[in-house]
Amino acid sequence: MEQVLFYCFSLVLIFAATMVVTVRNPVRAALFLVLAFFTSAAIWLFLEAEFLAITLVLVYVGAVMVLFLFVVMMLDINLTPLQEGFTKYLPLGILVAILITIEMVAVLGASHFGLDVVAAPLPHAEGYSNTKELGRLLYTVYVYPFEIASVILTVAIVAAITLTLRKQKRKTQNPAEQVKVRREDRVRLVKMEAVKKHDEVNTDEESS
Amino acid sequence: MIALSDYLILGALLFSLSVAGIFINRKNIIILLMCIELMLLAVNLNFIAFSHFSGDMAGQVFVFFILTVAAAEAAIGLAILVVLFRNLNTINVADLDELKG
Repeated sequence: MEQVLFYCFSLVLIFAATMVVTVRNPVRAALFLVLAFFTSAAIWLFLEAEFLAITLVLVYVGAVMVLFLFVVMMLDINLTPLQEGFTKYLPLGILVAILITIEMVAVLGASHFGLDVVAAPLPHAEGYSNTKELGRLLYTVYVYPFEIASVILTVAIVAAITLTLRKQKRKTQNPAEQVKVRREDRVRLVKMEAVKKHDEVNTDEESS
Repeated sequence: MIALSDYLILGALLFSLSVAGIFINRKNIIILLMCIELMLLAVNLNFIAFSHFSGDMAGQVFVFFILTVAAAEAAIGLAILVVLFRNLNTINVADLDELKG
């Protein structure tokens, strides 16, 4: 049963990956990539990596692929020049892919990593939590790389925003200039002689 | 039972597919970025398979960090792509010859 499910998911994964690299429309490619991520999350569940499977769905399908779709839809791309050389490079691509696959299968095949060489691990005891184990490792042994990862994410968000930020012409306040301003720049004191208008003075005196 | 070699061969197939994708889609940067994501997925699959079969959680921690770095890479790569499109009005790799490299 498990094996049948594994092979089904593998077929879907390979199909999705093939569609990602061959389909012409980038939006469709992004959607097939979503399918590939979903399917491999399911395969990771076979490997008892529950936390990472959920993370893959949340982070990749939920954030990265939505970002991809946003960018693909935002750019008004003329697709025709981008497909030049598709058939020209297709035989070379297939040849390289087949060569890589043959080499890897020769090294990683069942003769070296089969069930009789690497036995399947025993299932974990009841109450075992993958998330708990991963968290325990992350916050003790790998706490320093964990901090660096957070710094990398901060750098990424700052870099992405500064790269795409456009200088816009609009009324803004510059706090530096506001602080720098002194009294002499803003207030002008004018010395004037006090002058009385003669007529008004006269009428005032008469009425009183 | 599913052997370790099954997972490894699946990862190898995924990896070679994305290498072929880089070969045949060499004009379109968006598809190239997607192929890189697929490659990272294949690598992660290998990491998790070895982690499961050797009973060592360190592989999963590594996948966690790869996911983090890949997310950052995708964000910055797409930002660069947007700036590129804004300046040159194209994402064709053949037109990106400003640096004369």
